[in-house]
Amino acid sequence: MKRRPNYLAGLGSLVWLFLIGLPLYVMLAATLQSRSDYSANGPLALPEHLTLHNYTEDFSNGFGRFFLNTVLVTLAVVAIVLLVVPPLSYAIVRGRGRITTGVFRLFLLGLAIPAQAVVVPMFYVISKAGLYDNLIGVILPTAAFSLPVCALILTGVMRDITADLYEAMAMDGAAPWRVFFQLVLPLSRGGLSTIVVFSALQAWNGFLFPLVLTQSDSSKVITLGLFNFQTEHGIDIPGLLAAVVLSMLPIFIVYLFARRALVQGLMGVGGK
Amino acid sequence: MTTSAAPRVARRRPARRTGAAVARPGFAWAVPATLFFLLFAVVPLVLVAVLSFTSWDGLGSPEFTGLDNWKTLVHDHTMIQSLWLSVLITVLGVAVQTPLSILLGVWAAGRQRNRAVLSAIYFVPLLLSATAVSILWRALLDPNFGVPAQATWLFGDGNLFGRQTSAIGVLVFVGAWQYTPFHTLIYQGAARAVPQVLYQAAAIDGAGTVRQFFHITLPQLRNTMITSMILMVVGGLTTFDTVLILTQGGPGTDTTISAYYMYQRAFKSFDFGGGSAIALVLVLIATVISLVVVKVSGYDTMRSSSEGL
Repeated sequence: MKRRPNYLAGLGSLVWLFLIGLPLYVMLAATLQSRSDYSANGPLALPEHLTLHNYTEDFSNGFGRFFLNTVLVTLAVVAIVLLVVPPLSYAIVRGRGRITTGVFRLFLLGLAIPAQAVVVPMFYVISKAGLYDNLIGVILPTAAFSLPVCALILTGVMRDITADLYEAMAMDGAAPWRVFFQLVLPLSRGGLSTIVVFSALQAWNGFLFPLVLTQSDSSKVITLGLFNFQTEHGIDIPGLLAAVVLSMLPIFIVYLFARRALVQGLMGVGGK
Repeated sequence: MTTSAAPRVARRRPARRTGAAVARPGFAWAVPATLFFLLFAVVPLVLVAVLSFTSWDGLGSPEFTGLDNWKTLVHDHTMIQSLWLSVLITVLGVAVQTPLSILLGVWAAGRQRNRAVLSAIYFVPLLLSATAVSILWRALLDPNFGVPAQATWLFGDGNLFGRQTSAIGVLVFVGAWQYTPFHTLIYQGAARAVPQVLYQAAAIDGAGTVRQFFHITLPQLRNTMITSMILMVVGGLTTFDTVLILTQGGPGTDTTISAYYMYQRAFKSFDFGGGSAIALVLVLIATVISLVVVKVSGYDTMRSSSEGL
């Protein structure tokens, strides 16, 4: 493959690198200096006296709790998605008949339901169910809203399993559940890791449902902790940005190890 | 047609081609996910329509008030303004992000090592929550402690949140900062799927990089553009976190877009009925757009990603 370098896009990509990299650098630099240094020197200066004080202070302000809550929500959402989506996609890909087609259409349309549009009735349903200010009340809608994309991704992956593999299993007289566990699941490992990463990302970064469905500190997730921090101590920029860095740290670690799954998954959302 | 009784029925069906009928999963396999989704996404969607005809303060029980909320909404100046603002921010977002993400995506589609490394950095904003991104930019653009305060030659009085034009500019910019990487990713995937023979043929005909881009790459990306733009439109119309954190809808109501107005009406003014009516307007707009996507892209009839090659 021989293509001449694309100078125009190359130049643009450098400008973009600057636009992406600079804020991230400023953020990191700000979190490593004291509040007075930051106010005195401004955001663009090099930090003089490095300190981790901002991070330790965040933890003493309850971030540990928010962190734990977010981990719980994320694990539960991923568990629900893993439990219900693979059988769903299997039925969509291999099932015959109008009902399964209808189900697929339902989830496709579901892609377009904005979470913003249902927060009021969600608040109603969750309050009436006695789950207001309870992590379960956050987990259920968050999981439901990551189903359409996960179903779409996994269905796309399962469709690529060729028909002769199914026929080979049918020769052995395998029942659907055997086909599912011995053929479909092993061959969709890539898709499974993608939906895990995707739903975990959704849950970890979720903001709107926790915002309207929880109230007390004991059931706050990390995004909400950030928001509260900003409204209450917005002036403490280094402390606030340290909290932002803490909130993205686990995801960043996942990104380092599972970049392929993540990138493939997000690519699949738009490309299919 | 086999549905819930599929496992046993299917095995007894007459054999085709290879001599063995393939056992197919029944509808039962789809039931858990479907029920869950109906309960927590579709039922609320129906409820939002019901609640839009009621008056509810969030504590007692909703009371049926007929078309009252809708009558108020039609004459509500802030609502009408919020729809225009939503459209404006969405259109500006599409106009800024589309060319950027096409250029970056096509560039990143090259398999050179430096591009792969740079792409890994580009995708970092994807990992951040809208909350984190908004807070980061709010801090960077802070009128007193941020960049504008130091670069008054560029930013005037430094208060970007104090005027409507600059506040909208900030929202569009931050939106682009966060979402362009996502669309870049989509275009990267699509650009890699363009058959190399097309470029080879064009090169033989003496077409340069620029002509190849306009005559091969862009036409080949047409479907991706449609998908990406529709995602931008739906995302733009429902922008919420950014507004809540960066501008709180201000100055005044100058950046109060519909999704934020809905939140304010329901959860700040405790007018949940009025909020539901606004939400329903949002749903209707988003549904129309997505029906168009499903039709245009042929999502629902696609059987394999390798189809057509």
